[in-house]
Amino acid sequence: MFEDGAILNELFLERLNYLIYVVLLLIGLYAMIAKNNLIKKLIGMSVFQTAIILFYVSIGVKEDATIPIYLPEHDPHGEHAHARGGPEALSRGQVATYANPLPHVLMLTAIVVGVATLGLALAVSLRIYQGYGTIEEDELLVKLEREDARTRKAEFPVADSPKVESKRKPVAKRVSKTGKSKK
Amino acid sequence: MKAASMVPVFLVGFLLVFAATDFPEWGNPQSPASDSPVSSHFIGKTGVDTEVPNMVTAVLADYRGFDTMFETVVVFIAGMAVLAILKNSVKKGSVRRDHEVDAEPDLIVTNMVRLIVPVIQIFAFYVLAHGHVSPGGGFQGGVIMGASFILIALSWDLETALARFSLNRCMGVAAAGILIYAGIGIFSMFLGGEFLDYAELERVLPVSREMARYHAMLGVEIGVGCTVTAIMFALYANLSSEGKLEGGL
Repeated sequence: MFEDGAILNELFLERLNYLIYVVLLLIGLYAMIAKNNLIKKLIGMSVFQTAIILFYVSIGVKEDATIPIYLPEHDPHGEHAHARGGPEALSRGQVATYANPLPHVLMLTAIVVGVATLGLALAVSLRIYQGYGTIEEDELLVKLEREDARTRKAEFPVADSPKVESKRKPVAKRVSKTGKSKK
Repeated sequence: MKAASMVPVFLVGFLLVFAATDFPEWGNPQSPASDSPVSSHFIGKTGVDTEVPNMVTAVLADYRGFDTMFETVVVFIAGMAVLAILKNSVKKGSVRRDHEVDAEPDLIVTNMVRLIVPVIQIFAFYVLAHGHVSPGGGFQGGVIMGASFILIALSWDLETALARFSLNRCMGVAAAGILIYAGIGIFSMFLGGEFLDYAELERVLPVSREMARYHAMLGVEIGVGCTVTAIMFALYANLSSEGKLEGGL
């Protein structure tokens, strides 16, 4: 497997489609992890999604096969079907001439649902911007921290150290949770 | 932070490339995706079972009808959530942002759009109704239909588009789409079959069992098309105006 460049040969010549999808997927993953800006994270998410779509579509490719719509000679309403008195199941050899419809179906719905969920994500980040005036994650965390400290002060005006200590832990947890859901 | 994030990225990349060497080659007819009994059944039997020439539509609306129904519900819920998040978030006509300018709708643009929009909408109906025979279907037709309303909003302003397709009507149409889909499923249940078992509709339609599935698929696609049209436009209207529903882009 590892003798003189066989693996590179395999990756770049025979399985180039998988290499492209892996690269795109990593770009998206990196953007989602490392970028501070929420919109850039969303762009990363879209690139990631595109990589998955590319993966499915490239798996659906079949040599010497046409798109999964019946040719005139197999058309259930065509002249050939009428001559035989109704549509017939395709033989094994005929099945081999059509590409698999399943990946196309899955990606067709995935694209539209992806647009809808991207719209939802944009709406959430728009609302965050209206509320905090920023969509940079580090600035957001600072502002959230400050706001939590303010509410804590309002709830416990007397400096009662053990009570504040016990209150701090669940608050810190909540901050990390909201940070996660923003990604 | 940035350097640390490269570690999981390269780890995932290594695993994926490592796994890719075991994947089938490009276009290999013997690959599991192309040679599995499932896809062979879809390709071989679609014509007999449903008489639909486009296998993609048959798999989408019939064999995997349950999946598609809830994909549509996901689209609907996403649209509802956007509405709920952005509604009343900014007071109408309050703060004017830098990118908002007063501009008359352009004469050439609006007249071109006036010519193009009917064609786009007829094409959307064609894609929707012809989805059995040629590439197309509810999702594609719905997106094209929604794009025609977005084009009106882009070339005039949002009020012009909302006067034709108000947000209340949008949500009504979106909900009606899902009701059409689920209604066809439940109706076939009342007729003695299972949920979304369209073949039972032969008792009310003057056609064979196969053609009942064919026509029920069209009904289902119309439901999907309604929901997608309304949600695409609702998403644009809310996101472009921050929920204010007024002004141009």
